[in-house]
Amino acid sequence: MPCVKVDDLSSDQLLMQRRKLFLEFSARTDLRAVRIAVLGGSTTSSLVEVLEVLLLALGFRPVFYESEYGRFYEEAVHDPETLIAFKPEIIYVHTSCLNVPRLHAGTTEDDAAAHFQRQADRFRAIWDSLESKVGAQIIQNNFELPPYALFGNMDASAVSGQTRHLMRLNEFLAQEANRRSSLLIQDVHSLSSHLGLANWFDWDRYYSYKIQVRPQATVALARSLAAIVGAIYGKTRKVLVLDLDNTLWGGVIGDDGVENIKIGRETPMGEAYTGFQEYCMALRERGVLLAVCSKNSEEIARSGFYHPSSVLKLDHFSCFKANWFPKHQNIEEIAKELNLGLDSLVFVDDNPAERAIVAAQLPSVAVPNVGTEVSQFAAILDAARYFEPAGVSREDIQRASLYTANSQRSQQQSQFATYDEFLDSLNMTAEIEPFKQVYLERIAQLTNKSNQYNLTTRRYTLAELQALAASQEYICLYGILRDTFGDNGLISVLVGHQEERTLWIDLWLMSCRVLKRDMEHAMLDALVHHAQTRRLTVIRGVYLPTKKNAMVADHYERLGFIRIAAPFDAVEGATYWSLVLDGYFKRNRHIKTNTAQLDLDGVLQHV
Amino acid sequence: MYSPELILIELQPIFHDALKLPDLIITRSSSALNTPNWDSLAHISIIEMVETHFKIRIGLSELEDLKQVGDLVDLIAEKAS
Repeated sequence: MPCVKVDDLSSDQLLMQRRKLFLEFSARTDLRAVRIAVLGGSTTSSLVEVLEVLLLALGFRPVFYESEYGRFYEEAVHDPETLIAFKPEIIYVHTSCLNVPRLHAGTTEDDAAAHFQRQADRFRAIWDSLESKVGAQIIQNNFELPPYALFGNMDASAVSGQTRHLMRLNEFLAQEANRRSSLLIQDVHSLSSHLGLANWFDWDRYYSYKIQVRPQATVALARSLAAIVGAIYGKTRKVLVLDLDNTLWGGVIGDDGVENIKIGRETPMGEAYTGFQEYCMALRERGVLLAVCSKNSEEIARSGFYHPSSVLKLDHFSCFKANWFPKHQNIEEIAKELNLGLDSLVFVDDNPAERAIVAAQLPSVAVPNVGTEVSQFAAILDAARYFEPAGVSREDIQRASLYTANSQRSQQQSQFATYDEFLDSLNMTAEIEPFKQVYLERIAQLTNKSNQYNLTTRRYTLAELQALAASQEYICLYGILRDTFGDNGLISVLVGHQEERTLWIDLWLMSCRVLKRDMEHAMLDALVHHAQTRRLTVIRGVYLPTKKNAMVADHYERLGFIRIAAPFDAVEGATYWSLVLDGYFKRNRHIKTNTAQLDLDGVLQHV
Repeated sequence: MYSPELILIELQPIFHDALKLPDLIITRSSSALNTPNWDSLAHISIIEMVETHFKIRIGLSELEDLKQVGDLVDLIAEKAS
């Protein structure tokens, strides 16, 4: 797949960049040729131009034939020689409501039936001829509703109403598609409704060049068509990989506990998550596989699906990855376990940083920008047409022969060679300072709710924290992290007390939102700086295990602390750690901190 | 507000793409008659991109009055904000 993802481009961007994209994509050498004939009831050149770019992006090298203007019927039925010689694999019959004659006021029910029959026969004749003389996959679009409702609301019910007539024709098209293996319907009725007919028809373009829709509608038509072509050749995605916290339920289950996650009908937010779970469930019912990829401990992650309001249950997932490894590694594992290519996967996560690294490391995985509002997730996924079914899995279509083997899929280079490079690309800056009054409430809140990245899980009231901040015996630091995606807010807290030349760490916690960002290193650097300013020589810490904080069992070890013996009265399972400050080197390599200058002072003082 | 000079500058890449001539320089007096590759398909692309880029709609009668690039520049200057 190319570096530029056309899925991520707006219609306007696609229109403006199509030439550049065409040149970029068509330079590839691993494209599969596909021959497409377009029989149009209007000018199709603009549509073909955009479709070409989209198909190139999907890995096809399309060759097009376009009928003479408006001769979709004649070329199919009367003089198909050129079409036969072109040897198309796919024939797209692009007609619109403007190609269907209008009924006149005063038409009787019998006249209307005869009129309908004539239209039906006309389209049957087209498909019959294409089937018998050309033999290709036919894509026929159904009809948008008419631009004018001459009879007002009655246009949908009156005998001569064009709205009613077109809806009848659409039902006829559906029946024919179910009867004929060679016929697929492109649902322009729905497509134009999504855009709105007011944004669909473009009379200036129609009278000028006989293109009847707005440029943005042309892009929508091309996208939907590209999805069908992709589906015909098996390029449909098959797995929906889902994050958990704030994606399938509201809240952080490791911190809040299963009883406090937002899901169910009781609150608006809970309903929104339930709604998204129902959408995922509906996809599963029609054959899309579901998988979980979450930064959580496995046991806690699984517990969420025992919540009585959870629509999704554990056995709905074909693969379940909940651990602390980077998500792109887990997603590769998921693909391997399901024996599918990475280009079969769609990844949904509310966290833009997680999306960015997966998109960068695994360019074949579709990573839609779903934003952070769960109420929008389903609509965004739906519009992208990732799971377009080739409702054509019938033997009589030579799909097998058309199908390109997965093994030929081009391997693409990751955008970032290493995780370090990715971290640098985030342009992270941290503010690490002694407690400030304005932040105390947030510090108290974080202190009392963090369970996972929390070494001691000690709770403090606001007043206690205030007292600690004022005490000379204590070093109390908070950390705020900002990156290219925005401000993560106050996400880390460190409290230590002095005993002679030793600093004992009473509290060290961090929000899981910023895991594996190097933030704990930046916090340690700052702590060491403050300890050295006070001429302290050793920092000691303790890990008190709980049901939820297994992820930090090796926290001190990873930071270079040495394990020391636990005192005789220590809690069972607690481990004790020590770091000698002489010769300390800065640990953080990826975050710019406001303590950089202080660090220098610290070093000088130390020397 | 767009100045005519700025509009002419921003039109260059649009014409490069539509006419598939990356080195072409478009002036106010360029027209379909004196510019290579400016056929009806290219014209459709030019208007599509102009409408999209400058966020304007060009009406049928306005379209009819466009004889050369200078006319287009003036029309954009009038319509674009």
